[in-house]
Amino acid sequence: MAEKTAKKKSVPRTLMPEQEPEVRMRNFDEVPLGYTPELAQQEAARCIQCKKPGCMAGCPVDVDIPGFIKLIKEGDFKAAIRNLWAKNSLPAVCGRVCPQEIQCEGLCVLAKKGEPIAIGNLERFAADYERDHGTGELPPKLTPTGKKVAVIGSGPSGLTVAGDLIVKGHEVTVFEAFHKPGGVLVYGIPEFRLPKEIVFQEVGFLERLGVKVDCNVVVGRTVSVDELFEQGFEAVYIGVGAGLPRFLNIPGENLVGILSANEYLTRANLMKAYRFPDYDTPIPKGKNVVVLGAGNVAMDSARTAMRLGAEKVRIVYRRSRAEMPAREAEIHHAEEEEIEFFLLTNPTKFIGNERGRVIGMECLQMELGEPDESGRRRPVAVDGSEFNLDCDLAIIAVGAGANPLLTQSTEGLHLNQWGYVLADPATGKTYKKGVWAGGDIVTGQATVILAMGAGRKAADSIHDYLTYGW
Amino acid sequence: MFKIVKREEMAEGTVILNEIEAPLIAEKAKPGQFVILKATETGERIPLTMAMTDPVKGTITIIYMVVGKGTAVFRDLVVGDTYQDVIGPLGKPTHLEKVGKVVCVGGGTGIAVLHPITRALKEVGNHVIAIIGARSKDLLILEDHMQAASHELHVCTDDGSYGRKGFVTEALRDVLENEKIQLVVAIGPVPMMKFLSQLTKEYNVKTIVSLNPIMVDGTGMCGGCRVTVGGLTKFACVDGPEFDGHQVDYDELMLRLQAYCEDEKKCYEDYCVLSA
Ligand SMILES: Cc1cc2nc3c(=O)[nH]c(=O)nc-3n(C[C@H](O)[C@H](O)[C@H](O)COP(=O)(O)OP(=O)(O)OC[C@H]3O[C@@H](n4cnc5c(N)ncnc54)[C@H](O)[C@@H]3O)c2cc1C
Ligand SMILES: Cc1cc2nc3c(=O)[nH]c(=O)nc-3n(C[C@H](O)[C@H](O)[C@H](O)COP(=O)(O)OP(=O)(O)OC[C@H]3O[C@@H](n4cnc5c(N)ncnc54)[C@H](O)[C@@H]3O)c2cc1C
Ligand code: SF4
Ligand code: SF4
Ligand code: FES
Repeated sequence: MAEKTAKKKSVPRTLMPEQEPEVRMRNFDEVPLGYTPELAQQEAARCIQCKKPGCMAGCPVDVDIPGFIKLIKEGDFKAAIRNLWAKNSLPAVCGRVCPQEIQCEGLCVLAKKGEPIAIGNLERFAADYERDHGTGELPPKLTPTGKKVAVIGSGPSGLTVAGDLIVKGHEVTVFEAFHKPGGVLVYGIPEFRLPKEIVFQEVGFLERLGVKVDCNVVVGRTVSVDELFEQGFEAVYIGVGAGLPRFLNIPGENLVGILSANEYLTRANLMKAYRFPDYDTPIPKGKNVVVLGAGNVAMDSARTAMRLGAEKVRIVYRRSRAEMPAREAEIHHAEEEEIEFFLLTNPTKFIGNERGRVIGMECLQMELGEPDESGRRRPVAVDGSEFNLDCDLAIIAVGAGANPLLTQSTEGLHLNQWGYVLADPATGKTYKKGVWAGGDIVTGQATVILAMGAGRKAADSIHDYLTYGW
Repeated sequence: MFKIVKREEMAEGTVILNEIEAPLIAEKAKPGQFVILKATETGERIPLTMAMTDPVKGTITIIYMVVGKGTAVFRDLVVGDTYQDVIGPLGKPTHLEKVGKVVCVGGGTGIAVLHPITRALKEVGNHVIAIIGARSKDLLILEDHMQAASHELHVCTDDGSYGRKGFVTEALRDVLENEKIQLVVAIGPVPMMKFLSQLTKEYNVKTIVSLNPIMVDGTGMCGGCRVTVGGLTKFACVDGPEFDGHQVDYDELMLRLQAYCEDEKKCYEDYCVLSA
């Protein structure tokens, strides 16, 4: 049956069941509900198993896409997850958060007809199936080498390094500044998109393999990189992310009710403020919310505000829809959840009341001019187009920069003009002996899978170093 | 887990001292730095200055005023209980230098924050005059410690129940009238720091204050702690917490401290009812 449908050209992509928008926009449960085995096999059967698979060229970590899909089609889910793990240690995460439309799915041959294989959904299915039905069996570990590696930061990049090196027999300790591991996966990306349980299980898996996770350690304050070497660590991986919130630098930005997306999402996710007062950390609950920016972070903030009871949530962005950097799925979900888009709008000033609380913004209407360095058409203000937009909560999601706390307290690293660490893209080696870096602290805020890819390269290079020398 | 090895009530039910096992932090901490603590899984992250540290025993000491649910949960911990998370040392240490004559002014629990700084300023060779104040006698903390950490100590209470009656600003004015002072360090409630900075400005004396905005991470990652200093936005957790008192926008800080007032109040009242 499945065989037959695969040959017909017009078989539509198998949709993943989702919570209805009007229900989910008020709860924090995950939005897509996952494939059943039948749905997964139905979707897997659509893959035509290309000899030269375009999809793989789009995956930064070379997942054997036709291979794992074939195994799903054949119903050998256990073999499918093993196949995935060979290239990607966090498939449950990537299946959910990769921008598939510009990566693997964007290059699938079927994409031309607008119906690429749902690679992300299948990846998620295989990982979830293993979590629910797997044996929890650990992969084999090589004989202990007695070499100690320190990983700074427990985001996807650091976790990848830890996972790769522990199975090669090294001792790995991950140091994390926050009280919980996972990086952006835990403090940034909301529960309704990536249940935290999944991240904690992945970390738990690494711990069972022998990785030591030391939370509440701010490297650069609690301990320095050089002190880690003195303590006997032979290699250090820096994966501290791009944890510095950018602001708009316009008047009134310090009014009460204006938060960086980092603060807003950290309160909601890491501190579980959406469950206040069961959890003690409060979060401002706006009725009329504006979110500045249009990336994933902005979509996450807007959808969180809606779930916290907002009556109106508006994404305010100075460019047009075509330039919005968020994943397609996030934009679509946000629209379904009644988030409004105020495009070509640039705030110039926040307005406050006598109690210092934000009540609105002054904005300018923009139009698109000539392309800028990024190749995107530059927004220019329309003369005399000033107008006011009311709001009682504003969330700034216009990007992140390099947090200087670690880099400025570590001698010998070289930084670029924006403060990111300079590292060899092929190996992750920095200018400081025995120190590697990767993920957002090298590239600026990018994606989970790129951070993991950088981690994998660095892990290979660290292993070579511990075996053969610098 | 971070175990409480000593607990004292410095003022009954309202000002509490905890000495906590945290060897890594104790070894690193310098005067002026703080930690962030979280007592339980569901708790809030609360910033508190280290009033004392003992690198040999591997302990740090915090002294805090019970003002809301977070600090009330801390108050209810006993010796042997643990804090789930303690993070630090955070913030820039105090800049310590011999400048001559220094006045250290502390109000309320600000005295706890001021004490290690006072001692360190004396140790680097300054002549240190300390002025401490509280609303009333039973709320005055660390008098003995401050006596030992300074060369000269003046005590004030708002209600006159002990020491000189009146605010610390008045005592400071007398000192400034009579002596040539190179530096004032002032730590206490925001209005106290505001008026005190106005006073020292009149006398053109350099003034350092320690700010206490609402914080989340304490590592420069959220921007919740932003304060305006000299017209520029600074993150108190990494750029501070100490700043030039003449440059700080205190009115903005006071408004920002009220951001969660209503939620906090509700949370505290619920907790008081439950634990009553
Ligand atoms: C809200 C949000 C939504 C996103 N959505 C997507 C998405 O849908 N798809 C996608 O692919 N990407 C998304 N991204 C981007 C993606 O999450 C990041 O590119 C990725 O997490 C980077 O991984 P990393 O390991 O480099 O750093 P991070 O995940 O940032 O982890 C760094 C860790 O290091 C810790 N740390 C920092 N300094 C120190 C120190 N001095 N000592 C010890 N620990 C330290 C931090 O606390 C943190 O836990 C999103 C980002 C955000 C913020
Ligand atoms: C760097 C730093 C060092 C500090 N050191 C000390 C210290 O050594 N001893 C001490 O007693 N306190 C100190 N504080 C203040 C302490 O953090 C707050 O009192 C505490 O967070 C209040 O938490 P809560 O849940 O008990 O009260 P909440 O319920 O959060 O608040 C109760 C009331 O206190 C106000 N408030 C909330 N957060 C703060 C804050 N961060 N600072 C001041 N007022 C606040 C609110 O406006 C509210 O009216 C410090 C703060 C900072 C930022
Ligand atoms: S890891 Fe990401 S890009 Fe690679 S196949 Fe999976 S979903 Fe696609
Ligand atoms: S390009 Fe598309 S159809 Fe071809 S192998 Fe990859 S997923 Fe299957
Ligand atoms: S507390 Fe988050 S940046 Fe200072």
